[in-house]
Amino acid sequence: MRKNLSRLAYIALALMFVLAACGTPAATEAPVPATEAPAATEAPAATEAPAAEPFVFGMLLVGPYNDNGWSQAHYEAGLYVEEKFGAKMVYLDKVNPADRPGTTPDQLAEELVAQGAKLVIFNSDDMKDASTTFAKANPDVYVIMASGDQVWEDGKVYEEIPNLMNIMGRMEYGKMIGGCAAALSTETGKIGYLGPLINDETRRLAASAYLGARHCWEEAGNDPATLEFKVTWIGFWFHIPGFTTDPVDVSKDFYTTGYDVVISGIDNPVNLAEAQKLTTEGTQSFGVAYDYVAACSAAPDVCLGVPYFNWGPDYLAAIQSASDGSWQSAFLWQSPDWSDINNHDTSAIGFVKGNALSADAGAVLDEFIADLAGGLNLWSGPINLQDGTAYLADGEVATDQQVWYLPQLLEGMQGLSASE
Amino acid sequence: MLKGRFGGFFFQLIALLLAFGFVSLILLSVDASPAEAYKNMFNGSFGSMRKFAEVLVAFVPLLLVTAGLLVTFSSGLWNIGVEGQVVLGAITTTWVFRYFIESDLPPALIITLAILGGMLGGAVWASFTGVLKVFGGVNEIFGGLGLNFVATALTIYLIFGPWKRPGVASMSGTVPFPDEFSLPLLAGLRISPWALAIALAGIVVIYFILQGTYFGLRLKAVGKNFRAAYLLGIPTWQYSMYSFLICGALAGAAGAVQVAAVYHRLIPSISSGYGYLGLMVAMLINYNAIWAVPVALFFAALNIGSIQLPILMKLDSSLSGVLQGVLVLFVLLADGVRQKFARKA
Repeated sequence: MRKNLSRLAYIALALMFVLAACGTPAATEAPVPATEAPAATEAPAATEAPAAEPFVFGMLLVGPYNDNGWSQAHYEAGLYVEEKFGAKMVYLDKVNPADRPGTTPDQLAEELVAQGAKLVIFNSDDMKDASTTFAKANPDVYVIMASGDQVWEDGKVYEEIPNLMNIMGRMEYGKMIGGCAAALSTETGKIGYLGPLINDETRRLAASAYLGARHCWEEAGNDPATLEFKVTWIGFWFHIPGFTTDPVDVSKDFYTTGYDVVISGIDNPVNLAEAQKLTTEGTQSFGVAYDYVAACSAAPDVCLGVPYFNWGPDYLAAIQSASDGSWQSAFLWQSPDWSDINNHDTSAIGFVKGNALSADAGAVLDEFIADLAGGLNLWSGPINLQDGTAYLADGEVATDQQVWYLPQLLEGMQGLSASE
Repeated sequence: MLKGRFGGFFFQLIALLLAFGFVSLILLSVDASPAEAYKNMFNGSFGSMRKFAEVLVAFVPLLLVTAGLLVTFSSGLWNIGVEGQVVLGAITTTWVFRYFIESDLPPALIITLAILGGMLGGAVWASFTGVLKVFGGVNEIFGGLGLNFVATALTIYLIFGPWKRPGVASMSGTVPFPDEFSLPLLAGLRISPWALAIALAGIVVIYFILQGTYFGLRLKAVGKNFRAAYLLGIPTWQYSMYSFLICGALAGAAGAVQVAAVYHRLIPSISSGYGYLGLMVAMLINYNAIWAVPVALFFAALNIGSIQLPILMKLDSSLSGVLQGVLVLFVLLADGVRQKFARKA
């Protein structure tokens, strides 16, 4: 008798049918009217592009769309494209196996295509393989794989995929500026770097922060040997309970063991809240945020600044090219607009100073930025790798390949270069 | 009226309506239209062949896990360690693939070995819970739960350690296997008919074992009354072990399919929670094999259909999990109420 408990399944299916029928008054093919989340902020499409249907692009975000970091920077770039081009974005956030168990990014990309997307942005290194799979399976859909190198002809994993484009900003500069701000502000001479997972990208960005810090430490008259720079990796781009180390714990460990500045290399600035807490308790602590222009807002009074990505201009150009047929598969590694790194219409990366950066330090930092704009290249020899092997000889300047595929951390940095 | 078939049916209908009503209230509280949400979930799971294929991708491991759990539940065991058994199936399958990565053996043979290896891995892992239970007196719920954590830790160790990508330490998982190590998929879809066949074969075999064999009868006898079964001459602890081994093998097959047909590599969350979800399905169907297919399909459809919620309505897709959990709770509750009424009558 208890057996028929399970007729439920059929009833449930029937009920879904009924409800589905109720919910569909007229058009069976209602193609997503309610998609732009904060569309209320502006309604440009109708006024600016009265002509044809708006171009629909999709975006897969590895973290929450409002993570105050990596994913939010992408999301807002999408809004920028909506505004400037009258295009329409459909997106799905938290695209990672922990948040969306049983799914793959290429499968989720197809859900966006089903909503009309003609171009899909994969926003994370974690989706690199899936973006290749998807691009090959859907040759008529354009794909942007942010931070990847699949279609870099001079890269190590080059593949010809005509409908795929790689876009990345030269965050090496941003990290150098952030590292410099850290070195100008530390009292203890100990800087912590909150690292995500270990790969080419994260090694070269941590190394850039170190190069910037060492440069400004030395310029301020200190012995570079007295600067401690330690990287601790958590295992992923953000905290996934049960799978990664907790970045809050890592930050706390740094701050309570004499590292008074922690630079975030992960997708959000959780180090700032910890710095704020410890500062309130009497231990002066600072943080450098990452990725998103307004990330310092998490704890403005302890934030030294934030190097951020400004994906908007490059996404706009790519989406326009897909729309007008001039699309070209390319690997774009974009420099800042040195005439104004904070110009949101032209610069791929930028840096915003935080409240905690002193006026004096700010002035030095401005000089450093001007030097970089003038051609100062910190990726110049002599530089050794962490294990002491030569990386760049005296006077040798690193090629793009050498920087992109940095095989280890640099001499003078503490922390793992690869998994043990 | 409240007795017998109709009475039970009546209470379950109420439970179902309550579950949907409860979730509808949640939706209304955030100003979302329940009708639209259900419609989107329905279209998201059955709206096209491709979407239905995605549902089947989730259905395969869920059905395998459910089939295994029917055996352990029949013998009175709460095999909560099924999640870890899925993981170990995936790990063993990955190991077999890695072992043969350079070999000249035909891929079909390697895939077969990998899946059999996964089943073996799941069974061995389940046997740990069984040994702890039978010989160590450790309740299988605690033993299983503990081993689940160990299984996750082992996965992370392998991904960050011996099986890491060169120069990389990331949760993203191991290097993907070459295409020929994939169970063949239907053209343009992600479902493998082989995986589907394995899952259906699994549930059919379990159905016949439980309904039509002496072995199944003894298992159930052990489950209904361990002591009485012992007194009647059934080797009880052996039967407990058998049921762990069978469940572990099926869970291992689920893990093997996750590697060989879905992810094509080992990732930290390779089990995708199907072990725990399978427990819910098994409870909902009251351990009745005949209902495993429709209910597992329904749960898989909820999982896949709910992806539409964040895309179309900016709602969190965990709503499907809420619906699944609430449904199980209300059905159990309704059954309790019904029994109370039945006793009074």
